Amino acid sequence: MRSETQLFAGALVMIAAATAALVALPYFQLHDLRPPTGLHPYTSAQLRGRQQYIREGCMYCHSQQPRDRSQAPDEVRGWGRASVPADYFYDTPHLLGTMRTGPDLFNIGARQPSLDWNLGHLYQPRAYVPGSIMPSFPYLFEVKTKAEAGDRVVAVPKEFAPRNGVVVAKPAALDLASYLLSLDHTYPVIATDVAGR
Amino acid sequence: MDPTVVLLSAFLISIIALGIFIWSMRNGAFHDPSGAQVIFTAHEVGRAEDPAAASDSLTALQRTVDLSQGHATAPIDEELVPRAEADRSSATVTFVFLSCAIGWLLLGSFAGLISSVKLHDPDWLARYEWLTFGIIRTIHLNAVIYGWSSMAGLGLAMWMLPRLLKTTLQGGRFALLGAVLWNAGLIAGIGSVGAGFSTGLEWLEMPWQVALLLVLGGALIGIPLLLTVARRTVDHLYVSVWYLGAAVFWFPILYLVANLPGVHFGVEQATMNWWYGHNVLGYFFTPLSQAAIYYFVPKVIGRPLQSYALSLLGFWTQAFFYGMVGAHHLIGGPVPSWLTTLSIVQSVMMVVPVTAFATNHFLTMKGYWKTLVYSPTLRFMVVAGVMYVLVSLEGTVEALRSVNTVTHFTHFTVAHAHLGMYAFVAITLFGGIYFVMPRVVEREWPYPRLIAAHFWLVLVGIVVYVVALSIGGWLQGRAMLDATRPFLDSVAITLPWLKARSIGGALMTAGHVVFAVHFLAMVFDLGPRRDRAALFHVARSAEHA
Repeated sequence: MRSETQLFAGALVMIAAATAALVALPYFQLHDLRPPTGLHPYTSAQLRGRQQYIREGCMYCHSQQPRDRSQAPDEVRGWGRASVPADYFYDTPHLLGTMRTGPDLFNIGARQPSLDWNLGHLYQPRAYVPGSIMPSFPYLFEVKTKAEAGDRVVAVPKEFAPRNGVVVAKPAALDLASYLLSLDHTYPVIATDVAGR
Repeated sequence: MDPTVVLLSAFLISIIALGIFIWSMRNGAFHDPSGAQVIFTAHEVGRAEDPAAASDSLTALQRTVDLSQGHATAPIDEELVPRAEADRSSATVTFVFLSCAIGWLLLGSFAGLISSVKLHDPDWLARYEWLTFGIIRTIHLNAVIYGWSSMAGLGLAMWMLPRLLKTTLQGGRFALLGAVLWNAGLIAGIGSVGAGFSTGLEWLEMPWQVALLLVLGGALIGIPLLLTVARRTVDHLYVSVWYLGAAVFWFPILYLVANLPGVHFGVEQATMNWWYGHNVLGYFFTPLSQAAIYYFVPKVIGRPLQSYALSLLGFWTQAFFYGMVGAHHLIGGPVPSWLTTLSIVQSVMMVVPVTAFATNHFLTMKGYWKTLVYSPTLRFMVVAGVMYVLVSLEGTVEALRSVNTVTHFTHFTVAHAHLGMYAFVAITLFGGIYFVMPRVVEREWPYPRLIAAHFWLVLVGIVVYVVALSIGGWLQGRAMLDATRPFLDSVAITLPWLKARSIGGALMTAGHVVFAVHFLAMVFDLGPRRDRAALFHVARSAEHA
């Protein structure tokens, strides 16, 4: 039985060491963080939009973690200062992302503060950014012959607009856009926020 | 936290591990060369075995082996009776696992191909939400990871166990129940993702409520392993048993910790995410595949593994180093810097187990390369072994900060992932299935040419895929680092390579269709019956009698 004991005891020690280093230590190091003063909790519309962001899988192509100036020109591109753990105080699940098929979105709300632009871009990215390979999300919009009271009409450039009728944003699109607009981490971080990085 | 403390504790753990290693050596765990012999019967060394080879190939294979090591004594038929019983005991369980695996492979392939085309043709099928890139890509990942790779890897594990332990499979019913729960969880999980209920965590998209079914299913699949080990008639646990045992033990723990609801938060959740995302590779799929390579390569050429000791060294160093590499996915991210440093160090240390694996298999195959011409199983296994070495070394280089700065956030990482999960893991599994299925259904593969077609389609496909996407990803990374170029340059530059990736993916998918058709033909008894009893040594002797 010695081999079996060695195998299972050894396997347990190995996974325990890995979990301690990569899960437990970060847990204890980070769980007392406080949110920076410039960071606000999400509103319920923004939270619904965040859920929509997850549902459409935006995080598979967009990161939310600008790197430091010394490593990459993320800040020069307008993506913002290097992020710190406290910036993610309200972010569960985390949406750090691992790909930049599209640009980083950590400060998209500051970079593209127009609701119209964001809605139109979701309807047809190529109408606003020629050469973009982002999916269009036509199912988040409705084409109506005539807008009704309370409808948010999206101003789509002519060659991308439907032949008849107007494009109206569904609530899901409005929520998603309001989440994108909330992504603004341009406030300064103070020394205590940087702790833990 | 003080980085010195962390590095110091990593150092202490290494010293303790070294102590345990020395203790094991003193206890003889590494010295006995008979450890490599346990997969053969008393007179079997020198006897080639590949049920996937057509009869003329098998004859040629045996001739090649004879030339390499001089004539061997033919095994006595009675010796092989227990082996036939072992194979029969695992047939049903293996068959169920492998059938499910191939179903998931088809779904996953088409989902992957659609995702790939969408990246260069973004308005294609845009009207359907479940076909949007972010969803169909996730369906692809979950189907090929938790469907194909897991089911096939565990199916081969169930089949190898009785052979490795020289007994019959015990408690196969638990594994069957485990497979039912696992597949039920996966159907519910992929359905949830398709319907828009994803958790948002890469590799962990299935909601925790259904993920628990996979934890439970995985744990149930571990029961036959324990019961069969308890009934073993061999003195040594062959290295494959170490890998299988550890993999089956590790997966439920990993998946449970990762899915604990209400525990993980913010950046800590990101470190957990990559602890899981990389350890499910290092602690589950890699050991499952290595177990298969360690068994099938020596078995096909009828020659014991060069060094049993080296294989165990590879096992333990891999178990230690691989567990902590995950945070290299967060280099430059908002995580404590000691964490990424630790992961980079361990990524570099991965060279140790990889060298052990490569040396061992190279020396085992040395003088036997010609057998590759005659054995379909071996072709898959050896290609996969080479790919494992390549992907691991590439991973080490990719973890270095300077290289990572370019490749991180690009398609280069996607190419790397497919080099690992496909060129290494999937190709190992294909080879294993070709060996195993004739024993499971007691019938030969009806069309040997389809095996060759499958092999070349997927090999050419994955080479095109990995080479194209690696080049595209590298160019993308370079363009992104150059602040004078607009971001869209980094998109435009990838387009030809993304199209090449779709071609590679289409070839792989075509290979999978060939494979699935062949599998069905075999199972439903279609096509020419070529049942030489040569496959089944015992049956042949019965005929002669």
